Amino acid sequence: MAGFVRTAPEPTLPPPAASIGVVATLRDRLFSGPLASVFTVLGVVFLAWAIPPLVRFLVIDAVWSAPDGAACRAPGAGACWAYIWRKAGYFTYGSYPIDQRWRVDIVFIVGAILIAWLLIRRAPWRSVAAGLFFIAYPVMTVLLLRGATTLGLAIVPTDMWGGVLVTLIMALSGIVFSLPFGVALALGRRSTLPIVRFFSIGFIEIMRGVPMITVLFMANLMLPLFVPESWAPDRLLRPLIGVALFASAYMAEVVRGGLQAIPKGQFEGAMALGLTYPQRMRLIILPQALAIVIPGIVNSFIALFKDTTLVAIVGIFDFLRAVDTARLDPEWAGPTITATGYVFAALFYFVFCFGMSRYSLAVEKELAKSRNR
Amino acid sequence: MTRTRRPLLALATLALSASVALPGSAFAGPTLDAVKKRGELVCGSNPGIAGFGLPDDKGQWKGFDIEFCRAMASAIFNDPNKVRFTPLSAKDRFTALQSGEIDVLSRNTTWTQSREVGQGFEFGAVTYYDGQGFMVRKKLNVNSALELSGASVCVQQGTTTELNLADFFRTHNMKYESVVFATADEALKAYDTGRCDSFTTDMSQLYGERTKLGNPEDHVILPEVISKEPLGPVVRQGDDQWFNLVKWTHYAMVTAEELSVTKANVDEKLKDTNPEIKRLLGTEGDFGAGLGLGKDWAYRIIKNIGNYGEVFDRNVGAGSKLKIQRGLNALWTNKGLQYAPPIR
Repeated sequence: MAGFVRTAPEPTLPPPAASIGVVATLRDRLFSGPLASVFTVLGVVFLAWAIPPLVRFLVIDAVWSAPDGAACRAPGAGACWAYIWRKAGYFTYGSYPIDQRWRVDIVFIVGAILIAWLLIRRAPWRSVAAGLFFIAYPVMTVLLLRGATTLGLAIVPTDMWGGVLVTLIMALSGIVFSLPFGVALALGRRSTLPIVRFFSIGFIEIMRGVPMITVLFMANLMLPLFVPESWAPDRLLRPLIGVALFASAYMAEVVRGGLQAIPKGQFEGAMALGLTYPQRMRLIILPQALAIVIPGIVNSFIALFKDTTLVAIVGIFDFLRAVDTARLDPEWAGPTITATGYVFAALFYFVFCFGMSRYSLAVEKELAKSRNR
Repeated sequence: MTRTRRPLLALATLALSASVALPGSAFAGPTLDAVKKRGELVCGSNPGIAGFGLPDDKGQWKGFDIEFCRAMASAIFNDPNKVRFTPLSAKDRFTALQSGEIDVLSRNTTWTQSREVGQGFEFGAVTYYDGQGFMVRKKLNVNSALELSGASVCVQQGTTTELNLADFFRTHNMKYESVVFATADEALKAYDTGRCDSFTTDMSQLYGERTKLGNPEDHVILPEVISKEPLGPVVRQGDDQWFNLVKWTHYAMVTAEELSVTKANVDEKLKDTNPEIKRLLGTEGDFGAGLGLGKDWAYRIIKNIGNYGEVFDRNVGAGSKLKIQRGLNALWTNKGLQYAPPIR
């Protein structure tokens, strides 16, 4: 007697009605227990309390265009976007002379193109882009922004630079300088040569041991007293160097974390192949170590980007400082101007930092693919 | 042994003498020569106080303290734009002056004994007599600070403002309640929401703060000034010619106001027969030589900038949004304190 033999697969039944649909999802995710239910209700109440006034202030009651502050001073008026619009030039360029601002625009545009070229991982000739960005671009930036009488460009002293321009210069030069210098310091700290090791450790620990504000004050207040007037570096260059050195020390520790994580076999294997020290580091160790610490590196970059706001205390008009100063203008001053300015500044910093964080996630994913192969 | 040591010793001596000489190196040559050679004046300016020094929409520096530097540039170069402004925070303003980074500091700096005697600076003149005042709501119908008995006052913490406030109410035997905040912004906000009856800070800033309120017209600033804050331009000690130039730039503008010489009528006044006007505008005598300038030094200032009253009016007075009254800064002939020694 042959048993029951199924000839066709059993038709799949739909899931029980209680486990699909909106109700089930809600129950699963938001009301799965008494505690979760309480939190859901609290969360909804909080959002209902916080969101409407925010939207009303930022969008519905906002003043989008006005010739001066009078409209923004009206009772019940919300965010004064007209003021941001009017001050946009000042926020972007600071006191840079208006008829020379095209120079800044060129620097912005070329910089954006080169950075995009470098960051798009499938773009051709990225090594060319790197050469342009790290060597030609800084030279061009200094010549264009500072000016050179031989090229027929009027000199614009750095006192007149400001706004987004200064913030980006600070952040970019900090980022560009801190990565190679940080790698060198990290390798130096693990070096077998005592002098190199002690110098690296000394530098890293001193820089990490003092607050950034101290470094900035030292650079700005003490330096001019120590050296003759003609030797004192430019007022913008001083915090620039300070920020870059400070960021390098932190970067060194992040990179060292990556080096620490590389198994000893990799070092020994590389040595067994007969590679020299620079070859071992460049071809075997650093590519692996840096890939591991991408989140840490990007974290440092984001912190650095936001730390550039500290230069305001030594009289540099970075973006945040420009916003902070512009709100005092009696033409516009009013009850909502300060809030509008700071909301705008927050948005600005968020866009940049969020962009960096998203990009690093994409890179990590791509590297993880090759590692899992 | 001695041979190897000697260069070291020489080096050490050199380093020592260099470090002694350095602070002085800034005073090496007269400042005016350096400024003329450079082709522009470097002026330490305010990083942002409404009416006194603030960049406008185009990023141009505007304000009362700014115009003083423009007046100096006019006297030296006959061009108010040959001046570079270095915005300085309260902390690094004196270092910048000491190190020779700036030629003159025009940044609402209070003239005090210790700054002049202890730190090696000189205050040219008092360009603005400031002092602490009170703002109240119009509807309270208070006309004098002496009527503030029992009032609550919003004030910024840890400043001399707070101490002056206590002194004022104690000396006048009045009760008050001080409501203290970490920043001026918070104090103002609290005043605006009705947390206090009055808000106090320096007069010059009080008017600027008032513009931040919803309805500036609903608030009045009481006439009493309860502290002394004489503000003026500062220079390094040791260059008397430069010091005189700073001083007389201010006095020339005050004299011009006294003699009713304005930016608009200065060319007409060149023909005036009044000997005082003639001496001021350089049509008689040569009063610029001692300052290292031409005869027409004061004419240039008035032609490019205007007299003291015009500068005051345009930046902080009736012609501006701030609407500060002349008060102590009126001419001595108008019950104020602005008084210039005669040019003769």
